[in-house]
Order: sequence, then structure tokens, then C-alpha cells
Amino acid sequence: MPASYEEVYAAMTVQELPGAGASHRSTPPPAWRPRTDAAALLPDPEPYRVLGTAAADKLDAELMRRYYAELVRGRRYNAQATALTRQGRLAVYPSTVGQEACEIAAALVLEDRDWLFPSYRDTLAAVARGLDPVQALTLLRGDWHTGYDPREHRIAPLSTPLATQLPHAVGLAHAARLRGDDVVALAMVGDGGTSEGDFHEALNFAAVWQAPVIFLVQNNGFAISVPLAKQTAAPTLAHKAVGYGMPGRLVDGNDIAAMHEVLTEAVERARAGGGPTLIEAVTYRIEAHTNADDATRYRTDSEVEAWKAHDPVELLERELTSRGLLDAEGIQVAKDAAETMAAALRDAMNAEPVLDPMDLFAHVYAEQTGRLREQAELLRAELEAENE
Amino acid sequence: MTTVAVQPGTKPATMAQALGRAMRDAMAEDPTVHVMGEDVGTLGGVFRITDGLAKEFGEDRCTDTPLAEAGILGAAVGMAMYGLRPVVEMQFDAFAYPAFEQLISHVAKMRNRTRGAMPLPITIRVPYGGGIGGVEHHSDSSEAYYVATPGLTVVTPATVEDAYGLLRASIASDDPVVFLEPKRLYWSKAQWSPDAPAEVPGIGKALVRRSGTSATLITYGPSLPVCMEAAEAAREEGWDLEVVDLRSLVPFDEETVVASVRRTGRAVVVHEAGGFGGPGAEIAARIAERCFHHLEAPVLRVTGFDIPYPPPMLEKHHLPGVDRILDTVGRLQWEN
Repeated sequence: MPASYEEVYAAMTVQELPGAGASHRSTPPPAWRPRTDAAALLPDPEPYRVLGTAAADKLDAELMRRYYAELVRGRRYNAQATALTRQGRLAVYPSTVGQEACEIAAALVLEDRDWLFPSYRDTLAAVARGLDPVQALTLLRGDWHTGYDPREHRIAPLSTPLATQLPHAVGLAHAARLRGDDVVALAMVGDGGTSEGDFHEALNFAAVWQAPVIFLVQNNGFAISVPLAKQTAAPTLAHKAVGYGMPGRLVDGNDIAAMHEVLTEAVERARAGGGPTLIEAVTYRIEAHTNADDATRYRTDSEVEAWKAHDPVELLERELTSRGLLDAEGIQVAKDAAETMAAALRDAMNAEPVLDPMDLFAHVYAEQTGRLREQAELLRAELEAENE
Repeated sequence: MTTVAVQPGTKPATMAQALGRAMRDAMAEDPTVHVMGEDVGTLGGVFRITDGLAKEFGEDRCTDTPLAEAGILGAAVGMAMYGLRPVVEMQFDAFAYPAFEQLISHVAKMRNRTRGAMPLPITIRVPYGGGIGGVEHHSDSSEAYYVATPGLTVVTPATVEDAYGLLRASIASDDPVVFLEPKRLYWSKAQWSPDAPAEVPGIGKALVRRSGTSATLITYGPSLPVCMEAAEAAREEGWDLEVVDLRSLVPFDEETVVASVRRTGRAVVVHEAGGFGGPGAEIAARIAERCFHHLEAPVLRVTGFDIPYPPPMLEKHHLPGVDRILDTVGRLQWEN
């Protein structure tokens, strides 16, 4: 069995490294050695799976039935939001069809006191955490940017600039730890977002500070149209963790039982003071980037069909029904609940929101500046003239 | 330099000391105040502004961060979301640019995008401006970027007592403040007592540093001492110049400026930043709009040239100096 880096370096000084004795080259000082055991941080070679494997024998039936109901609801939420976009009720909707297991598990592994840091694609995670779908979709409706109080729900505003919310998650988790609170933060980012500088800086800060934060990368194959191969040369995105000194985990993002297990381990480790984890969930964006995108320009139907055969809702449904943990009635109950949610969302979205133009000046500064007062008066006069 | 009222029992103190003392006092009064940045801990910062803070309050309160400005400010956002009051040091003006996405897309907008639910009380200290012989990327006057970003308060002290008073006010503010420190004034001295710091007017109030009747020099930060010197020298020419120190660029105290220019009838705006799109452009425009019938001459500006910051051996030609200010005052149509 090959020795770990730690064992190798513990047993030798740097001068004993191969080639170090050659007189023509200098060596690092003897105190130098790797800071951590890299091997222990490496992800598994294959995405971790539970459904369809022997590990599924130990499934928590109650939890999985809850996850099933959430998956059905999440799929219906995606369908409803996409329909609302076609009706012009949403300005844009980035779908998570095919990624529901990632979204839902990310929300459900957190305690109430924990914080979620979603990207613009992660409204489903916010909804699964308990946020009213109408509030979650305020931004995408073209209404005010954030439709909820982040502190009330412990959900940061949806972040459109990619990966920029990751350092926020680190700072919040760090602050919680400084205050002695056992709060963890979970930040969500896509495969494209891992190329951003903020991804790098967030992971580095998190590891240096040992902040209780979990970085969940949903590798859905594409950053709009650009495939992962043009995004990175890393063996996997999970491998990036090693360079920062945190564990990387690779997991099947369509297997909600595996997602639950891997995320729960990371959350518990963070909460216990064990520091951050990077998780790459391998999944697939079944629909286009948004309603404004044409995915046929950059991928084949056969690829999409192959992923549809590995659908997160069906994977769990098959597992539960084959084990007698879910029956037709249970499936119907889940579907009915999803329809109720969809009808309520449809009704709420069909009502025209009422926005007050004077609110434009309301929350720029704690105290309005003279300049903004002047501009507010200008707008007020324009509005009054319109109403005359 | 400036006309600072001397209090009994005070000793000379530098602006650097006053800034450090402001952070120290804020940290002592409020346990949520955290100082963070590159080299701010053990070293006390490259300008030693945070000297002693890590020793007194521990490294959790005054933290050496990894060398990454976006990460520093991004982490500060998260800390502020959790209820802390971070004071971030950007090591130099031009090193703050990697943090611009965090600053513009999150820090400046968070109050607005959360409808007032989550303001971010972050103070971002930025040593700025030239005149210290710094090599490339160490002397930028970056204020135009900040003042063009709604949601940011932009403050810049020019005196020792303002350094303390305005930094305390910035840290206490519930809005994000870009606190621009004129680095060539770090070692300027004034009679000032750290144990009984003088009360100064709050953020958003400009001050007439020198009363005069002939024309108004409007300036801030590193250019205030230059304008004060110019005003003294102008007496030989028979001009009695008024000098207005803006102290904060956002909010801009238009009323003090307008009142002064209406009195004197002539105005010159002076700053190190380039003229095109610089703060002086807006100030001159507002004076023209509001003082038109009081003006004896067009509003003129003395600014840095519209060039990348020059090498230190040439910076004296770039920076607004006494002679260029006096020449400009001389062009205010006195013959009429």
C-alpha cells in the first residue's frame, strides 16, 4: 500500500528528497513540508450513489417519503414557473428540471438557524426551505429584486453575478463561529461559476478560517452553452477542494439519498468545527439555460434523453415502490399536494403586482440625500402630471 | 497646514494616529466592530494605521486576511449580514479594484435590493492619491468610481480631527462607507487630544476652512493643504480666497458650496483626480445651475491631467499645485 504524503514527509527531511542532494540546486529549508494529507481530501473516483445500490437497504423510509413529496412538488414548481414565463408572467426562469434532488437536499439538510446562499437558478432550494414561491420568484417576475427578508428566512438574496455570494457565505459562517453560534452556511454555485475568481477566493478564505460552510457545486454540464471541458481541466470539480486544504466529495446529484447523506456529513462536520467541504453534484440541466436560450444549438437530443433515463424523481420513486415503501396512493397524495401548490402560485402570479414608483428612492441610503430628495420631487411631479 | 483650533493640553498628533485611535475606540465601544485586511494584524498595516489593534483586541477582531481583495470585501459582506460591523482596509487605492464587483453589485446595492431589510454597515478604508513618490499602482485618485456608484457614502478627511471624527462616524453609519484616506497627509500633524477628541460635524457637511471674499476654492482630502497654501499666497496678488473642504463627496453638501460661491462670485474646484468625469465636473455643473446669476466668471477646475498616474519622478507636474491654482484663479476674469 502506498504511504500517504504525511507518512512520506514525516519520515524524511527535504534534503532527502530525490535530487535534493545535487549540488547545483538549492533546496527549500528543512521546515518545509505539506501542511495537510492531500490523499485524505481527495474525492471518490466515481460519484457516490445510494439508490439502486446495497446502501439503499438502510434508507430512512419516512425521510425518503418526505423527499419524494418534495421532488414531485419541485418538478411541478419548475413546470409552473416555465408556464408562467410563456404567459409573460415571469420575465425569465432558469429551470432546475433534472436538478431537483440537489436543490431540495440542499434546503432540507439545514437547520432553521443555518443560512442558504442561492444563485439565481436556485429558487427551488429557497422554496424547499419554506419560502413562499411568489416571494422566491419576485426577482424573476421583474418586481423588486428580493421579495423576502433574508434575515427572517436565513436565505441570502438570489445572486445573479456568479459565485459572488460564496464569499458572503464564508463571512457569515465565520462571523457565526466568532460569536460562538453553531450556525453553518451552504452556498450554491454551478459548474461555470467555479471558473470565477470569487469561487477561488471563497474556498481559500473558508479553508484558512476553517469556516463552517459547505460549497455545493451543481455540475449540470453547461454554463449556458459552454460544456465543462471548456471550463476546466481539473480531474473533477471536487478535486479543486484539495488545493485549498478541504475535503472534496463527488456525488450523484440525481440521487437524493446520496445527496442527503453527503450533505448531512458535510453539515455535521462544519457544525462540529471540522471546517468547510466542497461537494460536486453531478447532474444535468434537462431544459435550456432559460426560456431565452436554444439548447439545440450546443447539445444533442440523445444526450438529453440519456439523462432523462436517470431522472431524480423517477430514481427515488422506483426505489421506494420496489421496496414497498411507497404505493399508488402515496404517489397520488404527493401529486395532489404539488397541484395545490401550483394552483396557488398560478393564481398569485396572475394578479398584477402594484409597485410604487416613489419607492425607487426609498432604500438607497438610510437617510435620503438632498440629491435624491430633489430627484424624488421631479418624479412625483411627473406622476402627478400623468394623473391629471 | 489647516487652521485647527488648538485645545488646551493637546499635543501634536498625526492623521495616522488619529485614524488608528478612531478604530481602537470604536472597537472598545462596540464588540461587533471587526478590522480586517492585508497585513493589518501583526504588522499594523503597511502604513501602521492599525498598529496595536490585534494586540489589544486579538486576531479575531483585527484579522490578517489572505491576499485577495474581493474575498476580503465579500467576506465582510457575510459578516455584516450576520450583524458584525466590519472595517476593511484596502492596502492601496489601485489594489482595491479586484473588490469592485463585490462593492458595486453587493455592498452598494444590498440595502436597496432587500428593500431596506439588510443594510450593510461596512467601512472600506482606502489610502488614496499621490504625492508620496509611490511607484505604479500606488497613487491613484479613484474617487470618481466610488461617487458614481449609488448606495455608497464617500468620505475623505483632510485634517487630523476629521480623520478621527469622520472615521468614527463612518464606522457608526448603517450604510457602507468608502473612506478615502489621503495617504500623503498620514504624517501631517495637528494639536489633537486622543483622550478628548474634538467634536466634528457629521458626514455630509462641508466646512469653510478659510473665509474669503474674492473667490471660492472647493476641494477635499489631499488637496486641502495645497488650497490653503494657495489662499495664503494669493494675498500677495490681492485676492482673498475662501476655501471649502467638502469632507464627503457623497453626500455632497451642495448648500455650503452654493452659499460660498454666491458670496464670492467666483469658483475653482481642485482635486487630484482627472478632470473628465471627475467629481469637479459635477460640482462645476451644479454651481453653474444654481449660482448662474451670481457668477462673475465661468467655474474653472484644477485637476490631475487625464492621464494614467505618472511615474513618481514626474508626479509634481501632474498634481494640482499652488502655482497652477493661482494661475487658474488669475483666469477668473478679474479685469471686468
